[in-house]
Amino acid sequence: MKKTSKSLLTPRRQIIKGAAASLALGAVSMPLMGRYAQTQSAEPIKIGFQVHRTGIGAAYGRWYDRTTMAAVEKINNAGGINGRPVEIIAEDDGTDPKRGAEVVEKFATQHNADLAFGTLFSHVVYGSAPRAGELKIPYFVVSEGHHVASGALNRYTLQPGITDVKSQVQAMAPFVANNLGKKVTMVYPDFAFGHDHRDYFSAAIEAQGGQVIEKIAIPPTETSFTKYFPKIPRDTEVIYHVMVGPAVLTFVKEMGEFFGSSRPEIFGFIDSLEATDLSSPGLEFLEGTYFWEGNPRYAQANQSEYDKAYRAAVGVDANGASVSDSKDVSTYAHMFGCWETLHIVKAGMEASGYRGTGDRAKLIEAVESMSDMPHSDAHPQGAKRFNGKTHQVFGHQYITKVSNSKLDLVHTTSIEDTLYPDEVDYTKQSF
Amino acid sequence: MELAPYLILGSIEGLVTAAVLALMAVGLSLVFGVMRVVNVAHGEFFMLGAVLAWFVADMIGGHPAISFVAALFIAPVLVGSLAVVADTMILKRIKYDPERTIVATIGLLYIIQQVTLMTYGSNARPVEPPFNQRISIPWFEWTESGLSMYWPWGLGTTTYKLAVIGFAVILLLAIWVLMTRTRIGLIMRATQLDRDVAQAYGINVDRVYALVFGLGAGLAALAAVLIVPIQQAHYLMGHDPLLLSFIVVIIGGLGSLAGTVVAAVLIGLSDGLISVFFTPTLAKIIATLIVTFVLIFRPSGLLGKHNP
Repeated sequence: MKKTSKSLLTPRRQIIKGAAASLALGAVSMPLMGRYAQTQSAEPIKIGFQVHRTGIGAAYGRWYDRTTMAAVEKINNAGGINGRPVEIIAEDDGTDPKRGAEVVEKFATQHNADLAFGTLFSHVVYGSAPRAGELKIPYFVVSEGHHVASGALNRYTLQPGITDVKSQVQAMAPFVANNLGKKVTMVYPDFAFGHDHRDYFSAAIEAQGGQVIEKIAIPPTETSFTKYFPKIPRDTEVIYHVMVGPAVLTFVKEMGEFFGSSRPEIFGFIDSLEATDLSSPGLEFLEGTYFWEGNPRYAQANQSEYDKAYRAAVGVDANGASVSDSKDVSTYAHMFGCWETLHIVKAGMEASGYRGTGDRAKLIEAVESMSDMPHSDAHPQGAKRFNGKTHQVFGHQYITKVSNSKLDLVHTTSIEDTLYPDEVDYTKQSF
Repeated sequence: MELAPYLILGSIEGLVTAAVLALMAVGLSLVFGVMRVVNVAHGEFFMLGAVLAWFVADMIGGHPAISFVAALFIAPVLVGSLAVVADTMILKRIKYDPERTIVATIGLLYIIQQVTLMTYGSNARPVEPPFNQRISIPWFEWTESGLSMYWPWGLGTTTYKLAVIGFAVILLLAIWVLMTRTRIGLIMRATQLDRDVAQAYGINVDRVYALVFGLGAGLAALAAVLIVPIQQAHYLMGHDPLLLSFIVVIIGGLGSLAGTVVAAVLIGLSDGLISVFFTPTLAKIIATLIVTFVLIFRPSGLLGKHNP
């Protein structure tokens, strides 16, 4: 406050001198700024990035960060949004719901950010979304949970860049029932995201004439897993596993040690091995098992030009690891959501002629009116269909099979496979 | 799975937990017994041991057995040295005042945790075990032709897990020998009994304290090196073992090594068995209940000496 009042009192000539000097400085040190000089306001568009830098989501956070930065660089190099540069304000939420709500509040009140973006873990979304609604700041989550489309959140929370668990598992059930077996034992993390898997997969497999014969919930902070496995019934035909947290490698390894040479069919969500090297010792038993992937980690034979460009921009090699460190494996099946969400924010702001925080409602309305999005540089994972009423996007899902410690694509679902009836109409809620 | 194979699996899992827990808790108990310091940073020394084991294994490379053995020596020594430095630079300065040492070790906890996060990162990284074969455990059943052997589904363990149990037993025996049969053990026990009298007899109490603090931290690090091929090194991994160690030390009796080992086996086994038969959450509930009852009915712990 002090600073502004002082500068108001500065003589006009001095201001002009200062402005000229800073212009000159800007011209030398920031060649990019020149491109935005034409527009009325060259103020950057501030996007608050809620990132899991620490806590159990840290591996995802690191890659969400890299993807976000790559997307922003791409957008800015192409002239920004409405001629304005995009600026990311990153804040660590510690993968903690309480801290998540505080971070959203910081974006809205301290940083005066145009919107908040980026959260993955569903309990953090649950903790933060109500605050975003109260503060009337658009909250673009990249979280996979069914919480957005279920109607549990509010008009300010949208998930346009990544599909939700309900549509994913629904699209997987026919493949599991027809190719692997009908008696399924589920192993999943004991929080909202895992419960989505439990509820929607149970229903989806029953619709296919199958049955979930045992449900094994594991706390996401658990570090030792063998003690859970004896609950797996002997007549299990398929193990359906999905796990998160820092101990995922232990989880999969101990599962292999439990079964030895006589394993049932295994179908997993790649979450169980995100940011983990498939050739780690102890994972040999996974050979011939199947995974759901949001986006195939290994570059496939039919890799699209878009995936190639996206991979290069983020700095990921053909094996899904960092180009600078082959041991630093990415969270490839999820992080594309950050890239796509930012491109949707750009499209939404351009369609609504967004100028500042006063236009937040216009931005949400513009995104709500979106529908089909073609496979493109902005959507490298594949074509998408956004449902403005439920604030949820739908898209293709990929099933890959482990062979020679790599994941080979064996099945791609259609968008129609993932659709389900609307459970909410957020557009009826007022701003 | 039938009852008996279930029981065996639960016991083996429980014994692995107990082995690691005993080593760690003995370190905590030693520090409390001799120095009267409640070391809240003990879990971070454990974590540091695992992280250093990864660094050593990553740097040396080669056959996993070589890098693992190297880590087994290097990591505890480094962590122990760090603890000695922390003792002389921090704990000694605040004169081992009980309240202030708790605050100081909480500070130490955050420093170690955040420095690890800043250098090692947030990843969970694996260390390859020196050997790891799966052993299927056979079981017997009555069939028409009499007693016959079969291999129940899922009943098995790995050679490495058995080795962890064996190695922990050897280490615990070594600590017992150190405390009861050596001169340095005598000096430690003397300091524990009465600090001032020990000093009057010419014992350099400062040096004993530094040594004990280093030894305690080294034991935690050693436990971590043993467990890191089963779990992974992660900067938050110290929290749960710290809580369990406190539970074990309270049940066993603060400062009593034998009590600590008994309590570790009790907690470890009950955790394994209750987890297998019921749920792991129930196992934690019961462990907490036991602590409550011990505090009510035997405040000095199972084998702790009564302080009138």
